Amino acid sequence: MTHNPKHDPNGRSVRLGRRGFLRGAGLVAATAPLAGCFDGLGDRDGTIRNVMETANSLTYRVQRMLLGMDDLAREYSESEIRQPQRPNGSTDPRDPDYLALVASNFSPYRLEVKGAVGRPLSLSLGELRAMPARTQITRHDCVEGWSCIAKWTGVPLSHVLDEAGARADARFVVFECFDTLGGGAGAAKYYESIDMRDARHPQTILAYGLNDQGLPVSNGAPLRVRIERQLGYKMAKYIRSITVTDDLSGFGGGAGGYWEDRGYEWFAGI
Amino acid sequence: MAETIAAEAGTEARRGPLIYRQRLTTRLTHWLWALALFFLLLSGLQIFMARPDLYIGQQSGFAFDNTVFSIGAVREAGELRGQTTLFGETFDTTGWLGVVTENGQTQVKSFPGWMTAPGYRDLATGRVVHFFFAWILVVTLSVWLAASLLNGHIRQLIPTLRDVKHLPRDAADHLRLRFHRSADYNVLQKLSYAVILLIVLPLMILTGLTMSPGVNAVAPWMLDLFGGRQTARTLHFAGMLLLVLFVLVHLLMVLVAGPFNELRSIVTGWYRTDPRKDTKGDAAR
Repeated sequence: MTHNPKHDPNGRSVRLGRRGFLRGAGLVAATAPLAGCFDGLGDRDGTIRNVMETANSLTYRVQRMLLGMDDLAREYSESEIRQPQRPNGSTDPRDPDYLALVASNFSPYRLEVKGAVGRPLSLSLGELRAMPARTQITRHDCVEGWSCIAKWTGVPLSHVLDEAGARADARFVVFECFDTLGGGAGAAKYYESIDMRDARHPQTILAYGLNDQGLPVSNGAPLRVRIERQLGYKMAKYIRSITVTDDLSGFGGGAGGYWEDRGYEWFAGI
Repeated sequence: MAETIAAEAGTEARRGPLIYRQRLTTRLTHWLWALALFFLLLSGLQIFMARPDLYIGQQSGFAFDNTVFSIGAVREAGELRGQTTLFGETFDTTGWLGVVTENGQTQVKSFPGWMTAPGYRDLATGRVVHFFFAWILVVTLSVWLAASLLNGHIRQLIPTLRDVKHLPRDAADHLRLRFHRSADYNVLQKLSYAVILLIVLPLMILTGLTMSPGVNAVAPWMLDLFGGRQTARTLHFAGMLLLVLFVLVHLLMVLVAGPFNELRSIVTGWYRTDPRKDTKGDAAR
């Protein structure tokens, strides 16, 4: 470039450019006080928040439209079990009734199956183990973002529902648990719920075995549910009872689960 | 603004004609994407704070190492230091990543509050915001793609052979901040817009969906396409970095090319082009 930039027809752009840079820098500086200006989104009763949450219903409806009963979560090979299943959430419940069960090696344990069922059940671990079993090597996806592959063994939930004569048109299955999560005023018993489509999915099992061993306390002994097409927080651990129902309002905070009561979406297929 | 245009009309000959350059659909989708991408970024970083590590493969290595990126904190000589590790190289990122100062307090947090929505830790809200704007992006991008295929707008984004020949000169012009204002996009604009709209954004949507266990069941091929859920998550993050880079360069170009004219065209559609050159070899442009 030999010509004088002052006579360059584009010289104007260069000057504007420099001014533009300064303006840009000013803009960036002006965003610093913006920190926290979207904090209102965290208000779960806020209008904007409620509008945004409609996207979750859309996700649920679309996934329900696309996901057939036969669409299975991927099952992996033995060689892909490369580590112990990472424990998360409650890993060592201190609830007295649970500690009593641990002390007696779960022999007095009974799974209560109740609600909209023809034959309420009270099943021992031996009875659950005597039922048809399914073993699957699947990937556990935590809402935090991590994944872990492990082998789960248990009885299909649909079998237990059939044994209990669950009402065919009932909407939900609720899992109530032994463990208390959270501290202080926020402490509450863990619970979860799923719709009948997921409850009757062939990979939805009440697991008592993990990686060819008995289910350890850190992973939810004596019984946890596997719902392979949803995130980890749906898969309640330390299950004490199963209730078939049409209405979730009577459980916990009414949103259908411990984390749902704390703002997480009820349908966790995403 | 009307006065400004009137004042400019007097210098019409010297400044070149005002042309209708951006269709309503282009302008509308532009601003919807700007809004959506802004909130997707802030809520995405909020979600990332829940697990500020990236892995390669199906799962996250806890008993083995497949971590490629990690934001964390260490205590050195009684002082908190933010540490970011990329492919085994560790960098001190105190104040920016890992350890940040908020309300005058030093604390362990992946990102400062201004980078996330909300500013404090709230994974549940981050997910609500992210999925809402993800739907907006999916819908607007689909509508735009369909409309652009129908009305031929897409051809304006695909570089021609002529464009490719012009590439070195166009790049040199950009480096010298010399811009040619014409009805058509220049080749660097075409390339960057085409790459972002036709490749990066669709890949962001696909890698995002690959993180969904429900979508995995209905379309397991996506797990294979991206090499596993955790690789998809890593690619989603890398795509975010590309988008941030694009937006920064895009804003810089707007500022140096003449922010009034550029903004007018993306708000009203009207764009002032360069005066026609009749004698110089440049006339074809």
